[in-house]
Amino acid sequence: MAKRKTIRTIPQARTPMPEQAPEIRITNFEEVACGYRLEDALLEAERCLDCPDQPCVRGCPVGIAIPGFIRKIAEKNFHGAYDVITDTNLLPSVCGRVCPQESQCEGVCTVGERLEPVAIGRLERFIGDRAIAEGWTNLPYIERNRHKVGIVGSGPAGMACAADIAKAGCEVTVFEAFQEPGGVLKYGIPDFRLPNSVVDAEIEKLRQLGIRFECNTLVGRLFTLEQMMGEMGFSAVFVGTGAGYPSFMGIPGESLGGVLSANEWLTRCNLMHGRDFPAYDTPLQPGKHVAVIGAGNTAMDAMRVALRVGAEKVTCVYRRSAAEAPARAEEIHHAQQEGIDFQWLTSPVELVGDEQHRVRAMRCERMELGEPDASGRRRPVPVAGSAFEIECDMVVFAIGTNANPILGQTSGLKLDKRGYIWTDDTLATSIAGVFAGGDIVTGAATVIQAMGAGRRAARAMKAYLGLRDTDAVYLAAPTDPAERLFGIPRRERGFARVHLPETAS
Amino acid sequence: MSDFEIVARSDFSDVTFSLEVRHPLMARAAKPGQFVIVMEHEHGERIPLTLADFDRDKGTITLVIQAVGKTTREMQQNCRVGTRLHALVGPMGIPSHIGAAKKVICVGGGLGVAPIYPQARAYKESGAYVIGVLGFRNKGLVFWEDKFRACCDELILCTDDGSAGIKGLVTEGIKQSISAHADIDEVVAIGPPIMMKGCAEATRPFGIKTMVSLNPVMVDGTGMCGGCRVKIGEVIKFACVDGPDFDGHLVDFDDLMARLGRFRPTEKAALEAWQESCRLRGGAGH
Repeated sequence: MAKRKTIRTIPQARTPMPEQAPEIRITNFEEVACGYRLEDALLEAERCLDCPDQPCVRGCPVGIAIPGFIRKIAEKNFHGAYDVITDTNLLPSVCGRVCPQESQCEGVCTVGERLEPVAIGRLERFIGDRAIAEGWTNLPYIERNRHKVGIVGSGPAGMACAADIAKAGCEVTVFEAFQEPGGVLKYGIPDFRLPNSVVDAEIEKLRQLGIRFECNTLVGRLFTLEQMMGEMGFSAVFVGTGAGYPSFMGIPGESLGGVLSANEWLTRCNLMHGRDFPAYDTPLQPGKHVAVIGAGNTAMDAMRVALRVGAEKVTCVYRRSAAEAPARAEEIHHAQQEGIDFQWLTSPVELVGDEQHRVRAMRCERMELGEPDASGRRRPVPVAGSAFEIECDMVVFAIGTNANPILGQTSGLKLDKRGYIWTDDTLATSIAGVFAGGDIVTGAATVIQAMGAGRRAARAMKAYLGLRDTDAVYLAAPTDPAERLFGIPRRERGFARVHLPETAS
Repeated sequence: MSDFEIVARSDFSDVTFSLEVRHPLMARAAKPGQFVIVMEHEHGERIPLTLADFDRDKGTITLVIQAVGKTTREMQQNCRVGTRLHALVGPMGIPSHIGAAKKVICVGGGLGVAPIYPQARAYKESGAYVIGVLGFRNKGLVFWEDKFRACCDELILCTDDGSAGIKGLVTEGIKQSISAHADIDEVVAIGPPIMMKGCAEATRPFGIKTMVSLNPVMVDGTGMCGGCRVKIGEVIKFACVDGPDFDGHLVDFDDLMARLGRFRPTEKAALEAWQESCRLRGGAGH
């Protein structure tokens, strides 16, 4: 038997991820982080102590059996690792890329107490990408029930909910307003962080589970939630429509040409392929000097897209300091490497236009941090006499979003004070059988939080429909094929273990 | 939801045509004042088009399109009976409020004649006295006169050159109607922004409620990008989810018109590139 690993015997440094050099990558939309090669993955898998506590599993919003799949990697059983992950998460290639692991699984990793934590996200991505390349699927045995479930919105919350509720045996239809599914994963997150081809591949796995996607369908207007629960015969509905409705600041000059929201900028570029204009018809009109307001992940994406479509200078304008910036540290680091100019503690007061009604400059003032506000962050206050101008021919607002009003306008859903959908602790809305989760309930948050909400809602829907919570099945101690029949653990199916008497032969 | 098959087409002039598209669910859900977003093909852009008509029995919706740029000219060339649209989503926007108005003027200018039709019909069905005022550049561009005659109590046709009806802009028709009827409750106007601005100015002195349907640049049409934001009084609204109908006396039309022009150079480039490729393709074919 192999000697038990200790913190001293494992590789001390985290295996680096091969990356495109900044000066190369700003000329293309290929992924910045190229992913682990086989030898990288094997080396990094050695760093997991397989500790008894497994804090990483609790740190993961969907509870992936992390040490289990890493052990399979170390054994070079990659398909086995894929089965372990997909018992709880059907979208490993997405989550491995976009989860903020530093505040989730990797943030609590035991190794991380002394060394750099195990690169769980990179290993998950390695397995997810291998599964896509090899065409692996992990389709559980699904016992059909008679329930029809509708999912409104095909973003991360809807996808996660759809997967779980389909596994429970329901007939699932996902409705999407855009011409293709994926939500923010498609229109928002650019290809250099999450290629749309990866999202499509993961959606294909959902199709293999029997989930139908109906695009070009604007729920609320084409039909209402009440019609879905009534004449259309759905037993339950999950609403995961995202936040949308971008905020502006209400400063003068916001309607000038060249001023737009990050959602519009990213949608034109990513979903509508504006960056390939005129091969695709959606115009983009990239600026030469771009100023982006805000410092969240969306702002980072908007700035890095601007660089890649030819901006000479990109400035980030944020009214607090780097320490308060909501973007992932890694994203800010990548943006800095690519030459983004960060203007911390800076707030725009006016956008100035030229005679063609196009923006030509942003008038700003410097800020300093005062007392903490209600959110616990120190409130920025203007410094008197600090006004200055930033020359720019494009301004992108990435300061967050508000609730999308369509479902509120067209249904009896109870909304909260800010216009988001009200739910109870189980994510049930005020309409019986209708559940909601993700940004349309919480306001803008992360992909994995939305997925977590989708899964919580699925659990509540199963309880509402009187279905067995099959979550327990695929969370149970995984996945030795001998322990499973039709993909379901024998214990769960109620098989008794029978010990046959030794036959005398 | 449907395969978006084109089941009928008619050409009103060398630039204006209508498409009837099969979409039973949308035909059932559609209400006057709403719009759709269309993508003609996979590489296409998403363009908003106001619903010009819908037939619940036939399960079809009707769009009236003016070939002004790359996408609409391409549609004029490619959208034949039996072909399909790549994407068609809607009905979008808040339906027009067909209120208790007893006497209304429905004004359509140019292409706006088409989307004013469902409103005129809805007012007629609600029992109102409907005065239609339709504006065209010349007689050759006139369409749907019979459809309007069937649902209007009075119809005033205006042409820029006087080749049909009265000579002058629709504002001339509005002035005539107002002087003939002292009890007009509401004016509804759809057309180019400059025309809607003119209508709002024509009614402002009389204090007659005037609703207009705004047509800013849109991408998604579902309220997630803000490309269609418009200034209503001092407030920013998104035409796709807060409109497209707004009080014409509050709309900042100058702002709307400036914002409509913001992609003009790119639009021109797209059209020129397309025409060039058509010419080359045509040349190679013969």
